[in-house]
Amino acid sequence: MTTADKPTEFKVLGSTPLRQDGVDKVTGRAQYGADIRLPGMLYGAVLRSPHAHARIKAIDTRAAEAYPGVRAVVTAQDLPELESKVADLGEGSMNLRYQSNNILARDKVLYFGHAVAAVAAVNAHAAEAAAALIQVEYEVLPPVLDVRQAMRPDAPILLAELRTDELGQKGEQPTNVAAHYLDEAGDLEQGFREADVVVEREFTTAMVHQGYIEPQNATALVTADGQVTIWCSTQGAFGVREQTAEILRLPVSKIRVIPMEIGGGFGGKIGVYLEPLAVLLSRKSGHRPVKLTMSRRDVLAATGPTSGSYIKVKMGANRAGQITAAQATLIYEAGAYPGSPVGSAMGVIFAPYRIPNARVEGYDVVVNKPRTAAYRAPGGTNAAFASETVVDELAEKLGLDPLAFRLQNGVQEGDRRVNGVAYKRIGLLEVLRAAQSSAHYQTPLAGPNRGRGVAAGYWGNYGGKSSASASVNADGTVSLQEGSVDIGGSRTALAMQLAETLGLPIEAVRAAVADTDAVGETEGTYGSRTTFATGWAVYEVGQQLKTQLCERAARLWNVAAEQVQYAAGVFTSGEQRLTFAELAAQLDRLGGPVVASAAVQPKTWGPGFAAHIVDVEVDPETGKVQVLRYTAVQDAGKAVYPNYVASQMQGGAAQGIGWALNEEYVYDAQGRLLNANWLDYRMLVTLDLPMLETVIVEVPNPGHPFGVRGVGEVPIVPPAAAVANALYRAVGVRMAELPMAPGRLVAALQARQG
Amino acid sequence: MPVVWIPALLRPLTGGQARVQAAGATVQAVIVSLEAQYPGLQARLITDGQLRPELAVVVDGQTSPLKLRQPLTDASEVHFVIAMSGGAGP
Repeated sequence: MTTADKPTEFKVLGSTPLRQDGVDKVTGRAQYGADIRLPGMLYGAVLRSPHAHARIKAIDTRAAEAYPGVRAVVTAQDLPELESKVADLGEGSMNLRYQSNNILARDKVLYFGHAVAAVAAVNAHAAEAAAALIQVEYEVLPPVLDVRQAMRPDAPILLAELRTDELGQKGEQPTNVAAHYLDEAGDLEQGFREADVVVEREFTTAMVHQGYIEPQNATALVTADGQVTIWCSTQGAFGVREQTAEILRLPVSKIRVIPMEIGGGFGGKIGVYLEPLAVLLSRKSGHRPVKLTMSRRDVLAATGPTSGSYIKVKMGANRAGQITAAQATLIYEAGAYPGSPVGSAMGVIFAPYRIPNARVEGYDVVVNKPRTAAYRAPGGTNAAFASETVVDELAEKLGLDPLAFRLQNGVQEGDRRVNGVAYKRIGLLEVLRAAQSSAHYQTPLAGPNRGRGVAAGYWGNYGGKSSASASVNADGTVSLQEGSVDIGGSRTALAMQLAETLGLPIEAVRAAVADTDAVGETEGTYGSRTTFATGWAVYEVGQQLKTQLCERAARLWNVAAEQVQYAAGVFTSGEQRLTFAELAAQLDRLGGPVVASAAVQPKTWGPGFAAHIVDVEVDPETGKVQVLRYTAVQDAGKAVYPNYVASQMQGGAAQGIGWALNEEYVYDAQGRLLNANWLDYRMLVTLDLPMLETVIVEVPNPGHPFGVRGVGEVPIVPPAAAVANALYRAVGVRMAELPMAPGRLVAALQARQG
Repeated sequence: MPVVWIPALLRPLTGGQARVQAAGATVQAVIVSLEAQYPGLQARLITDGQLRPELAVVVDGQTSPLKLRQPLTDASEVHFVIAMSGGAGP
């Protein structure tokens, strides 16, 4: 680990205590959504479309309703018909009418697996059997599965009302292009005239899934007085509450969402799929609790993957090694409804570099595939695959070391992005220097068909709304209630920030994730925001507790509160001295309980940068790629729990390598998903990878009490490009399509050999 | 007077200018001032009384959660940028 700027001494931050969710998880006691059992509970099943694009002409549910044990059947007719209204879902906004239609198709199915109806019955078998009896009359329509085909004027139209939006200016013709965006800086033509070397390439990437291990699930109970309780697997309980309220036209105050432990989300568990269905079925079945659980097939076919894409990049540099111009066109699959992460991709694509002349445009295009959802640095991996491959080629043509070329052009505080915004304090240069001096980069790689690749990456991170509350216990401990779902260990990282604020050991603070009735509104665990923003709320709680406790000590000692000092867990005033625990034991006699709560919405999050190094070996006969060594280098701001930070870096790298080498949705010409299982959708396992090495760089974020930056997303941005660059150095072919699966690699090698 | 960076798609409304000055103590007031100088800009930035959902407003390098209500100084630099996932601008 390397530290820049002024290092601050911490007692708790930077340590690696026992994680507070650890014992329950390793002993199987942790409660996930699938563990919910309630008296009288019914089980649900969802009927899904076998077609990628079809008009629904009629739905006959009579046979299902008559099936023994069935208590309720719902279709889109049971959902309120919503007006178009865009809601902020954190990692992307969505039109609520489209979201409703995604939960149950109303007039058209738009992808294979699109939900059409749902059943609740006394057991899962009866529910599935009854769902199979629902008769749906379809008028099958031709699907469109590729963004460039979807943009053609003669393409099948998915949404009749859709018009291209260009910042409020709507097109006139029906289209599949939902939006067109543009960023420009400087004089592009002049920039390319100043270039001595120009590289232009086109790239395509396949749709991929987040691949969380726990399928979506939801259990709902609607009581006779209209109160709704939902237990579910989500990244954000308040988001589930808001979306369910909007889709079902219920007041948010009628809905309580209890977030269960979560087996991964990576952005895919922000939008709702099952929760409104469970509520509808519970209400229609006479106020019985209803539980819905997805199969892996459902998860892959019908929950948000991330976009496949087409990206064209052109960059130029002069002989002095300065990038003079850059241009990119990014076309991203939105899936069935508008809302791809192309805007984020535009923000990522040239972010690490100082580029005086640039043009970046993006298109959000609907196709007959599942509506895309956020996936860890949404849109970033595709974009960096394209731009970092071209950057690598520029460095090669200029005869420069690829890290030195990036360092020469790398951004720092004050440099402007293509959209004109100037960076605050960032740590890219420190990251690149740490990568250069890493043991990995300093170790030569030798051997046939072996190559080393590097790539850099950026993610903007986020702040958002966060709330927390805490109470002081008589035994000198503190109970913390916080609103962020814990996916990667955040409850411990938050407890550590409260312990640091209070000058207590981590063992004195116990954190719990609260439901929507138990804590103030808190945005979901996304945007790499939890340790930053909820951590800030926790810090504010700690400050309030200290103030109140100083007042209690002052009361005990009969002095003014200003005469009490607190440091390192000890209250003092003159010769008088009390430990935190000694004062806590006397609170009943000094005014009663001490509690505090805080809510924040900070805007000073700091972007994150990463640089990855990978060594690969290629079997030229089979196209198999073996990752020999991998090092992820990243600016974490202050690393609160370094092992968690390293885990995030390793997790992002592993997902990115799988995206690079194996993962893709495979559809037939009719738009039927052919690999909706984990045998045929190939994700990496630990046996596929070496130990992923990490180098944490600490450039404290001046906009956080402890210097924290988000860390969870940027590590998935560089891997695909780093692997592509390594493959080039191993076997001499520039791969332009993800995944770089064995068949494609062999084909590229054969094409090179003629 | 605050300096406003005009999104590339809206520069036809400012005669191609990428940066313009506009008076105002809040982002909302600046947009009103822009509209007086460059008719049509307001409708491209605001919908239903709110900043368009695909946009974030960045003031002096920081994305503002207050959006239209963000206070400005005479030295402020205002950007309307495509919101990144998570709501972030820079």
